Amino acid sequence: MLPESSIPGIAHAQPRKRPHGRFKNRGGTWVTSLSVLVSLLALLPIAFVIGVSWQIGWAQIEALVWRPRVGELLVNTVLLVLFTLPLCVALGIALAWLTERSNLPGRRAWSLLAVAPLAVPAFVHSYAWVSLVPSIHGLPAGVLVSVIAYFPFLYLPVAATLRRLDPAIEDVAESLGLKPWAVFWRVVLPQLRLAICGGALLVGLHLLAEYGLYAMIRFDTFTTAIFDQFKSTFNGPAANMLAAVLALFCLAMLTAEASARGHARYARVGSGSAREQRIVRLSPITTLLALGLQAVTCALALGVPLFTLGKWLIAGGREVWQFSELLPALEQTVLLGVAGAVLTTCAAVPIAWLSIRAPGRLQRILESCNYITSSLPGIVVALALVTVTIHFARPIYQTTITVLLAYLLMFLPRALVSLRAGIAQAPVELENMARSLGRSPGRALWLITMRLAAPAAAAGAALVFLAITNELTATLLLAPNGTRTLATGFWAMTSEIDYAAAAPYALIMILLSLPLTGLLYHQSKRTAGR
Amino acid sequence: MNALELTALCKTFGTQQALADVSLAVPNGSRMVIVGPSGSGKTTLLRMIAGFEFPDSGSLTLNGQVLVDATHAVPAHQRQIGYVPQDGALFPHMTVADNIGFGLAAKHASRHARIAELMDSVALDANMARRWPHELSGGQQQRVALARALAQQPRLMLLDEPFSALDTGLRSAMRKMVARLLSDAGITTILVTHDQSEALSFADQLAVMRQGRLVQSGRPMDLYQYPVDEQTALFLGEAVVLPARIEAGWAHCALGRVPVDSQANQGTTRIMLRPEQLLLSTTDGSGCRGVVTEREFGGNTCTLTVALQADEGVPGQAILVRSSGLQAPNIGSVVHLTTVGTAHVLKKPAALNLS
Repeated sequence: MLPESSIPGIAHAQPRKRPHGRFKNRGGTWVTSLSVLVSLLALLPIAFVIGVSWQIGWAQIEALVWRPRVGELLVNTVLLVLFTLPLCVALGIALAWLTERSNLPGRRAWSLLAVAPLAVPAFVHSYAWVSLVPSIHGLPAGVLVSVIAYFPFLYLPVAATLRRLDPAIEDVAESLGLKPWAVFWRVVLPQLRLAICGGALLVGLHLLAEYGLYAMIRFDTFTTAIFDQFKSTFNGPAANMLAAVLALFCLAMLTAEASARGHARYARVGSGSAREQRIVRLSPITTLLALGLQAVTCALALGVPLFTLGKWLIAGGREVWQFSELLPALEQTVLLGVAGAVLTTCAAVPIAWLSIRAPGRLQRILESCNYITSSLPGIVVALALVTVTIHFARPIYQTTITVLLAYLLMFLPRALVSLRAGIAQAPVELENMARSLGRSPGRALWLITMRLAAPAAAAGAALVFLAITNELTATLLLAPNGTRTLATGFWAMTSEIDYAAAAPYALIMILLSLPLTGLLYHQSKRTAGR
Repeated sequence: MNALELTALCKTFGTQQALADVSLAVPNGSRMVIVGPSGSGKTTLLRMIAGFEFPDSGSLTLNGQVLVDATHAVPAHQRQIGYVPQDGALFPHMTVADNIGFGLAAKHASRHARIAELMDSVALDANMARRWPHELSGGQQQRVALARALAQQPRLMLLDEPFSALDTGLRSAMRKMVARLLSDAGITTILVTHDQSEALSFADQLAVMRQGRLVQSGRPMDLYQYPVDEQTALFLGEAVVLPARIEAGWAHCALGRVPVDSQANQGTTRIMLRPEQLLLSTTDGSGCRGVVTEREFGGNTCTLTVALQADEGVPGQAILVRSSGLQAPNIGSVVHLTTVGTAHVLKKPAALNLS
């Protein structure tokens, strides 16, 4: 046995005061309070919606909400969702099936091209169409550009799921006498339900939240109406009430998706690794039709923006490259992006840690607070922050802090999802090990878990960074005077109908977004085990 | 002197009682093994000593220093207790050398020499220092984990089933090496396992746990020969348990008259013999007569089922006897059984078992 005197500082370690007899949570209480803090912050927009409604009073709410203008917006928004969603679903499934399950020539290239439109910000799509066909406007235009801009959100999960499905189930269905079409309808499609629901929700939330796309083609939705209202009457009750209705709309969509998802088990039952997927041979005519579909989609979703951008860049020549304006915009975008990404990732750490190390009801509630807020449109978050900062935190009104807060609220789940996967890869036993080797709980967390989760955290931060790069609505509303990011710079140019000068901004945004698109594509391959 | 003293430790997870009033003293420099089936609370106990869990009540003292009592608790990182978990839990982002050096002061001049010395002591080749954990075999990972725990000169070493992931041959070699290494260093060690043969061979002190309770503790030999009840007897090895009537130090049972270890007991009870206490012969006429009904060849030993002759209206009982594999009698042969040593009188179990 070692003499005690040979153990400096340890043998005489003073036992700490034991709080309330339960000290399992001693390290945890800090983490828990931090996550509660972040989640309370996330509840701000919802509190704003409720608070505003309370303050305005029922009589005035009725006057503000039950009027023809709101009805018109409601009809527009509902029609937009009703037309766009089925088209996106159909297109996404068709393309995914062709690239994953058929012998279509050049499948790999087509699958990459089906994801690529994500690199083009939605309002750049709109800009491309408006400058190509200046007369384009209204609902048909809204549906067309929305489908083109957002169908990859369905393509990605559906393709990933198709790749992962157990082919044996389809074999069995066929052996039970089902024709190929019946196999698809009764066996494959039901298994795609989760992917379709998830993708459709994402598209739906984008439809509700997007401002730039619809403003450019003069199609009025709730979001564009709120924005106009805000511009004309600033922080008036009319804009706030419209925001409340929009928030309700979003919550309804979340509920609808949750109930459509169902409770069935979709994971593969049974052991062993699944075999290769069966590839369906297309007849020559079907091949031609399929190639036609791929080519048309690609031409509309990539060809139009690239053609228009090219046209403007050539027409504008060297003059449009106003580096004295472009470089500061790039710099501000990168600064805001980096600061926002770091802030968001740090804020996600406590919740992510809690969800892996101490999952429970509290943690699930905290997490869902963040998810709900991030699904609210940027304009609602922005209005909430405007109202709150004006009334309670005047010093940070119209400062970078408020902008970063908005990013935090909107993009936290992106960091959270990555971080959680990363922390899950660092077993708690390693942290315990480090503690038994003399490291304090905080040091152990930093040296072991955070170090192991670093790659995942970086991936999450990158996702947040790129989301911030293309963010327009909240930045327009909240940024301090004189702020010009790539997105707002682009917006200012197009507002002056100077399409040529806007082109370089769009090009830089697309180039910045390419890595994100690559990352998404790579991740969907990896989850499919390739 | 006792290095570690556990007093009345209790712990409940939800409604599940993990530890119920566990008290145990671990003598200085000993190798204590806590053995029990899975779910018996042994790992919880170990983690409590390490400082990863805290008891609801009770206290824990190491070398006279209170680690946990009703009002205070020393956190894990100030306990200086070495811990080697089942899978080694090496830090995947550090090389072997960095893993071993984790508990050493970062800028110490002798750090490098100390790592080399530790690697040598667990028989790891010096050129492994730059390897990564995923490049090591299971046995090598365990050696690194052990060296890492030894680096901080622990006051106590905790081993949580450290050999169970290794294959059979390697397991016993590792066990011997670890036992020798820790004895030479004079480090008090607690090992937790569900494997009774591992427990008996590693321990100089043995404690049996069941359903969160400490059932019995003492020298391995004593526990093997004089288990506190039938369940413990069967847990620690094969046993022949027979109903018997005890009179003045002798048991009357299906095997005839057998001396017992307890003078105190009288009347009907159950006795236990280990299979190696039964000798089987085909020629000798003395002892109890029986017929071989089953024969299971197992290489070096052969397990025979012997139906004892019906006696005084008691139907013949079937008991298991071991025999040398090469000379085992055939099915149907008549054999004679004699006993060696004394039979152990089992404590009367709860009333249910008697009916």
